[in-house]
Amino acid sequence: MIVAERKPIEEIMGFIRDCKRVLLVGCNECVTVCYAGGKKEVEILASALTMAFMKEGRELEVKEVTLERQCDHEYLEEIRKIIDEYDAVISLACGVGVQFLAEKYFRTPVFPGVNTLFMGVTEERGVWAERCQGCGQCILSQTAGICPVSRCAKRLLNGPCGGSTRGKCEINPELDCAWQLIIDRLKELGRLDDYETLIPIKDWSTERAGGPRKLVREDLQ
Amino acid sequence: MRLTYPDSIRIIRLPCTGKVDVIHIMKAFQKGADGVYVVGCLEGECHFLTGNLRARKRVEYTKSLLDEIGIGGERLEMYNIAASDGPRFAEVAKEMHERIMALGPNPIRGALKRKKAA
Repeated sequence: MIVAERKPIEEIMGFIRDCKRVLLVGCNECVTVCYAGGKKEVEILASALTMAFMKEGRELEVKEVTLERQCDHEYLEEIRKIIDEYDAVISLACGVGVQFLAEKYFRTPVFPGVNTLFMGVTEERGVWAERCQGCGQCILSQTAGICPVSRCAKRLLNGPCGGSTRGKCEINPELDCAWQLIIDRLKELGRLDDYETLIPIKDWSTERAGGPRKLVREDLQ
Repeated sequence: MRLTYPDSIRIIRLPCTGKVDVIHIMKAFQKGADGVYVVGCLEGECHFLTGNLRARKRVEYTKSLLDEIGIGGERLEMYNIAASDGPRFAEVAKEMHERIMALGPNPIRGALKRKKAA
């Protein structure tokens, strides 16, 4: 999932300082799962903003809506009839949703309510960690299902660096060394030969280095 | 026991403090409550194992939220009191009443009154 966290209220207040009516749009997907922008968080933020405005002696009308997704046209269409009634939109979706909403409703200011962090997993309740950087050329088949691109601070592709100590990374003693994890699992799987096979120089043009990416599937168009 | 405690306090009964969510507390303040305190069972004594521990974490989070919006996290507190400990319940009620009296009314109370009058 895409992991995000709520922006400080003060920052959000800054976006809507001159507004009287605001549409607060949540998303039922990733940001719901990471408790950043689902229905519940929309409710909490609406309450917080209403009180913050009242405290300043001003009134803010907040309409709460939570869409199934904000990264698809069909769900964003659900607010077409009401969006013109509001001075601005605060989207609690990830950066993708905020942008798609802004793209679709060109004349309405759209502001982000969360900071989008990474693609990751729920390691335990309340703890999320990065697992993928969307490099466009997955090498997990050679690395025992553990990604050195997203989990090694140096993105090394052929074994650990000299900073790997007792299975931990030199940038943070609590962070597992990705290559230690890879080697441990390869051993377990009896596939240490994979470790001996050199991974060739990676073509980073499929990552962000090649500019914004796009996928076209003609069979689905 | 016939103990007395300040009549400013309104009790909202819940099956377990684990039921308390951030939004419930926020709504109480939004409706004009000057203070809120959550009273759970003693730690380690929760019938549902961790309800009161979860409640405490939510209360802490809500406190930070109230600080962020200028209402003040000190208006909210979590207490753990045994169901049989009436004297402590009355003592806490008094303590919280005094704390809120010292803090004064909810900062949005004026705005709420004006809205009602309009």
